[in-house]
Amino acid sequence: MARARSSGMGDVSAEADMTPMIDMTFQLIAFFMILINFAESDSDDRIQLPSSVLAKPPEGMPDTPITLQVTKQGTVLYSADEIPISAMGRVLDIEAQLIERAKKSPSQANIIIRADAETPTGQVQEVIKICQQKKFEKFLLRAKQDTP
Amino acid sequence: MKARRGGGLPGKVEQNMTPMIDVVFQLLAFFVMTFKLATVEGDFNIKMPISAPSAGVSENPFPPIKLVMKAGAGGQLASMNMGDRPLGTNFATLHNEILSLVGNSTGPGSMASQMEVELDCDPALHYTNVIKAITAVSGHMNAQGQVIRLIEKVKFASPRS
Repeated sequence: MARARSSGMGDVSAEADMTPMIDMTFQLIAFFMILINFAESDSDDRIQLPSSVLAKPPEGMPDTPITLQVTKQGTVLYSADEIPISAMGRVLDIEAQLIERAKKSPSQANIIIRADAETPTGQVQEVIKICQQKKFEKFLLRAKQDTP
Repeated sequence: MKARRGGGLPGKVEQNMTPMIDVVFQLLAFFVMTFKLATVEGDFNIKMPISAPSAGVSENPFPPIKLVMKAGAGGQLASMNMGDRPLGTNFATLHNEILSLVGNSTGPGSMASQMEVELDCDPALHYTNVIKAITAVSGHMNAQGQVIRLIEKVKFASPRS
């Protein structure tokens, strides 16, 4: 909206009232700033988690978490890499060494499995089996919360 | 800052808003682009050491309930069997079956806390069915939104080749 003012000399200057726009823009910035979530770094668009009504967010961070994301093609997303399940043993060996260096044992570590809803269960079991061979015992099967 | 003086009016200060609006729009664009609606996620805990049969028997007085899940075409669930009892493909039936087994005995030290379910799944079965089965076995949500826990110990049978 513009407000026209005419000065004595006859030239016309248009001046918009910026206040409502700036108000709205700051509201929007505040909204997005509050909702931004940098911690959600392990989520990946290639993984569509299965949903469950009982999937409650955990109270605290699990001890020594290792996130393995199993795609429906049967590969594992680990850190930024996509690796075949057969190559998981090498990766877990490195993880186990790091855990032992921190004076812990692999049985204390938590393997977070984020598998796609359409992943064949055999692939997930294969990942679990390889983890077990490397002395990992605790698994967290992740699902997204389904509101009833 | 630029001060302009009108004809008869007292002094009116007018600020140049352009740089601020530029920066504000930059920020807005950044937040809009990076915005991703966060979904709430939760975990099902499974403690599954590599098979140690001698240790397992002494700890648990109940033998594990065996749930066999068969896959149909395209990885869909074709049938479920709990022990010898066929359950079809309905997870509500499975949940009712577990409820009738456990009864009202829930909570720490109860029968439900000592029982264990072993999932024996076809390798081709979609993983979502496993999560649905674990959900049906491990509890439900009551009308007040509280979670009633049933059998929380779940393990996988050794994979079939």
